[in-house]
Amino acid sequence: MSDAALAQTDVYDVEGVRADFPILHQEVNGHPLVYLDNGATSQKPRAVIDAIGSYYLHDNSNVHRGVHTLAARATESFEQARTRAQTFLNAESSKEIIFVRGTTEAINLVARGCAAPLLNTGDEVLITEMEHHSNIVPWQMICKEQGAQLRVLPIDERGELMLEKFDELAGARTRILALTHVSNALGTINPVAELIARARDKGIVTVIDGAQAAPHMNIDVQALGCDFYAFSGHKVYGPTGIGVLYGRMPLLREMQPYEGGGEMIRKVSFEETLYAEPPHKFEAGTPNIAGAVGLAAALEYVDTLGLDRIARHEQALLEYATRSVKALDGIRLIGTARAKAGILTFIIDGVHAHDVGTIMDHEGVAIRAGHHCAMPVMKKYGVAATTRASFGLYNTLQEVDALVAGLRKVKEIMGA
Amino acid sequence: MNDLRDLYEEVILDHNRNPRNYPKKPDDSNCSAHGFNPLCGDEFFVHLTVEDGIIKDAGFEGAGCAISTASASLMTEALIGKPIADVDAMFKQVHTLLTEEAQVGDPKEFLGKLTVLTGVKEYPMRVKCATLAWHTMQAALHDDDATVTTE
Repeated sequence: MSDAALAQTDVYDVEGVRADFPILHQEVNGHPLVYLDNGATSQKPRAVIDAIGSYYLHDNSNVHRGVHTLAARATESFEQARTRAQTFLNAESSKEIIFVRGTTEAINLVARGCAAPLLNTGDEVLITEMEHHSNIVPWQMICKEQGAQLRVLPIDERGELMLEKFDELAGARTRILALTHVSNALGTINPVAELIARARDKGIVTVIDGAQAAPHMNIDVQALGCDFYAFSGHKVYGPTGIGVLYGRMPLLREMQPYEGGGEMIRKVSFEETLYAEPPHKFEAGTPNIAGAVGLAAALEYVDTLGLDRIARHEQALLEYATRSVKALDGIRLIGTARAKAGILTFIIDGVHAHDVGTIMDHEGVAIRAGHHCAMPVMKKYGVAATTRASFGLYNTLQEVDALVAGLRKVKEIMGA
Repeated sequence: MNDLRDLYEEVILDHNRNPRNYPKKPDDSNCSAHGFNPLCGDEFFVHLTVEDGIIKDAGFEGAGCAISTASASLMTEALIGKPIADVDAMFKQVHTLLTEEAQVGDPKEFLGKLTVLTGVKEYPMRVKCATLAWHTMQAALHDDDATVTTE
């Protein structure tokens, strides 16, 4: 362990935090687990696991139906979760919070419900070169259906958006700007507020993919001024299968429903159906109630610890990891933006990322190896796959040392 | 716990660093196929020259991890000069070696150097890497035009 690691980050008592996450206290392949794959999914605190257990042990029922006590409790818990998400994003109203399965479904909902009716032949959707496939493919599908064009704002060598190209690409036919807040493959924190303002001046609807931002920074959708903002529960210490789409109320009112079914209606006859008001208009069928309850517990957990403190802790980890990994020979960092979240992506000369992944796992270190669902980013850097260490609120400086020791082992085994 | 050296055996590392018959497409090759594992990104083209039921020459192009590259390299070495019937039998033996607990007889007798791939069996996530080139070779031999995947 290095001297720097002994010091810890001093932002909060990380050992106390780790005690809240039961899964972290195990050995993998004979080594203490070092979980550095938080960009893929985060681990869950006891509070989240207990909230889901307690919901099923005591309160389980369907929501917004029936008049019995359990139905009332389930409905109250579900709607409290909505209010918790509203607070988390600082939305104006809880009615602007739609529960979805995750960011992917949120983007598909916006593409289908908002973008499709807006797009005519020859119109354009602007995305960026650093998007996750989930913020590329839904737009490609809608563009194809509507005869619209997909345009791409490029990135530079550091992995920063080339803002000087924005005015050239966002033209009179641009209807939608879909943009990630934080890049999952590069860690870049994008200047979303600036781009949203510039897009709004041109009357462009703005859709922000917040999947990688929600666990790492305070988000204020009103200050950002975006039309839509999406994030996934499981990346912010909540359960899988639940996520949030925020949409500004005037847009939500105009939008068509995404799916039809129960819960999303006001009145149904065989001739006609009147839809419910947002958010219920977009929540057909029985929702993931336990997921929402778990998500609320997760958001309460991070809000209590404080996202500003979490961000400071993770920045300290990132800085230490960047310094330590750079000191190794034959390693190239991919993504060196000036503003970055706790994501460190790199390649080792002559060693494929999957071999790195296997050897690291052998040492108990969980990292991601692959294209990170961002093939255009890989193409930009001329690589098929990279290795990514992504930090969470419970990671320690000693774990960064374990990462670096693992990388030395990779180089030793592979003779690199 | 498994020893990493059983997976990253010296012969495998050597074939990863200096792949044989790579990058190579024999001028007279008459059987080719494309193998691609989209989730991990490994991608190979296998090219064979088959005359009178015998593999006269073999080569491969593309890129992948150490396991998939070494497996492809070892495979091309083993193929050259073999009748198709023997190659089909060898494919089955390699498949058994990589995926089944119980081995029939001594694999070394049939597979020789290829038995260095034995260690992969202990890493279930990596079996698909070792088998990619082999399935691609089978597609080339048996005129299957579809892209092969082992994911």
